[in-house]
Amino acid sequence: MAKALFHILIFPGLLFLFIFGFFAEYVDRKLYARFQNRIGPPWFQPLADFIKLIAKEEIVPEEADSKVFKLMPILALTASSVAILYIPIWGARAVFSFNGDVIVVLYLLTIPTFTYFLGGWYSRSVYSMIGAVRSLTQLFAYEVPLFLCILASALLADTWSLSEMVTFYSHHLGYWFCNIIGFGVALICLLGKLEKVPFDIPEAETEIVAGSFTEYNGRLLAFIRMSFNIEMVAGASLLAAVFLPFGLNLPPVAVFLFYLVQVLFIIAIIAFLRTLFARLRLDQMINFCWKYLAPLAFLQVLLNLILKVVLLR
Amino acid sequence: MHESGDVKIPIGPQHPALKEPESFLISLRGEKITASSVRLGYNHRGIEKACEERTYTQGLYLIERICGICSHSHSTCFVQAIEEIAGILVPGRAKYLRTLIAELERIHSHLLWLGVAGHEIGFDTLLMYTWRDREVVMDLLATLTGNRVNYGINTIGGVRRDISLKQKEDVLKGIDILEERTKYYIELAKNETTLLKRLQGVGVLSHEDAKKLDAVGPTGRASGIARDVRKDDPYASYAELDFKVISVNNCDVYGRTLVRLGELMESFSLVRQVIRKIPDGPILVKAPRKIPAGQAVSRYEAPRGEDLHYVRANGTEKPDRVKVRAPTLANIQSVSKMLEDRYLADMPIVIAAIDPCFSCTDRLISIRDTHKNEKNTVVWETIRLKGIAWYKDRGVDFTALNKKLTKLF
Repeated sequence: MAKALFHILIFPGLLFLFIFGFFAEYVDRKLYARFQNRIGPPWFQPLADFIKLIAKEEIVPEEADSKVFKLMPILALTASSVAILYIPIWGARAVFSFNGDVIVVLYLLTIPTFTYFLGGWYSRSVYSMIGAVRSLTQLFAYEVPLFLCILASALLADTWSLSEMVTFYSHHLGYWFCNIIGFGVALICLLGKLEKVPFDIPEAETEIVAGSFTEYNGRLLAFIRMSFNIEMVAGASLLAAVFLPFGLNLPPVAVFLFYLVQVLFIIAIIAFLRTLFARLRLDQMINFCWKYLAPLAFLQVLLNLILKVVLLR
Repeated sequence: MHESGDVKIPIGPQHPALKEPESFLISLRGEKITASSVRLGYNHRGIEKACEERTYTQGLYLIERICGICSHSHSTCFVQAIEEIAGILVPGRAKYLRTLIAELERIHSHLLWLGVAGHEIGFDTLLMYTWRDREVVMDLLATLTGNRVNYGINTIGGVRRDISLKQKEDVLKGIDILEERTKYYIELAKNETTLLKRLQGVGVLSHEDAKKLDAVGPTGRASGIARDVRKDDPYASYAELDFKVISVNNCDVYGRTLVRLGELMESFSLVRQVIRKIPDGPILVKAPRKIPAGQAVSRYEAPRGEDLHYVRANGTEKPDRVKVRAPTLANIQSVSKMLEDRYLADMPIVIAAIDPCFSCTDRLISIRDTHKNEKNTVVWETIRLKGIAWYKDRGVDFTALNKKLTKLF
């Protein structure tokens, strides 16, 4: 009982996620700024933003549905926090694991997008409703390639449990190279899930003010920003576990350090991609995802199926 | 026009896409724009009327501050009109100095526009890079004129500051740096995929529509209307300088980007020519306080297009009438046409592509009674009487104060 509470609240639960989430946001913003020839925020900036927002007055719009409006940020925070419990961080086994937990993690990481939609829709402001619809439309574009790439990796490992997948790859280190296409596609889809440029269409500041989050303020906005950070950590952790299975035969502390390096590497790539591109239009994004990403993901699945047959022999 | 079934989304007067207040009402069906309409007037400050109550030199301070980025354009245009009425011949050195500041202002404005366009399509990196380069030209203008915006270099009869040898060298060095950076941006505009995707085919204004709707400046030149006041009706020292009028046939936002980048390169060459050819001599001739009766129209190629000033003098120290027609007023009518059948995501970049400067634009008053939904034009005297009555209702009476003031003057 105490152990479960420790896992949920401290490591790898809320406290660890909060600290690592702030650190990840700092790394992202600092790298983005340095790429643009700016100085960027100091290390405590995300924490300062969080504290400032918590201290502000919470205003719920009169026409908005108050219950849904207030519930959605907490739901987003919870869902992404639970996802991390199934991802191996300390050692090659996650805190909880069972056959099929890859699907559960993917499902939990999709819930925040739905909460952004519902929160925006029930805010009843024109900008929020347009942003909400956009975030759902974007979901249809990037979810399928992402799921397929993770599925391809799981296929080769012949298991639906994330911990067993990681163990399999750590024993057969050469096989991670087979998933390289999947890694590329999954990185781009992660950009879509985290709503970062070039896929930050639901939150296009110059078009619809702040999309779903236009009416959010105070504590609720702090939780939404926190949920974005935790989703970034959880998504990067998932990608690191599936596609970068290195150093897993070492003692748990070393595995944890490797994990930190891998997650920060993925976040650095995200920051780099953020600097390079302009924001795409929604129709262009859907075109791109279905014309290029989905076929590549299918190709990866096919490749892994063939490899599995070859290897079994 | 606006149908009742569509979602109506207000862009403005306050909106992150707009740098200045203006009201666009856009009807949406899903992500597609079905209709759009513009309402001007949020930045009206009564400058034309204020000029009538001030001397010409005092009016010059006001006209300069119509806008921050085209301040020298308005100031030069106004001064040229007055000089034409009074028959003042400005010395050659002054004309060259006016041209130098004009071209530096054009460089500054186009770099700013590049950054703003980048920001509107979510390309913040371009914003940061171009605005960093803009600092070079702003520092140059600060050493030459004493201020980064609102240069205050013009006066009736010439300019107020001269240029030294060291400043000439600094300008040339700065232009070299900027030319290299602009070449990088031209490469970027030709090759960067996401940029091309967002800019090409967006905000199309065909050649015929551009003629019908009177598009001026880079907006018109991107649709094949190769008109430039510097070539058609040369002012300052442009008649003695050699440059090309940049015009393309793309008719979309990408065309406008190419035109502005091309104009940047031409401006660099013009600045170098000015520094090389500037004649010696005085920078100022003494101008009379009372301008003789007459009227003049003066045109100027501002970074946004053709700027037009009309001045009517009546022999006293104060003008009879000053009228300013900024280029954005001519271009804003084409925005509705450009937004037809486009997506909501294109709206910020289409509006930004005409390089709107609403501070320059707002010149007219048309009072709309939203309850009765009718419009009428209100005369200055009516507003004044309404103001006096409003204060009288609240127990404040200005008549005694007015008597004292008239006695003073």
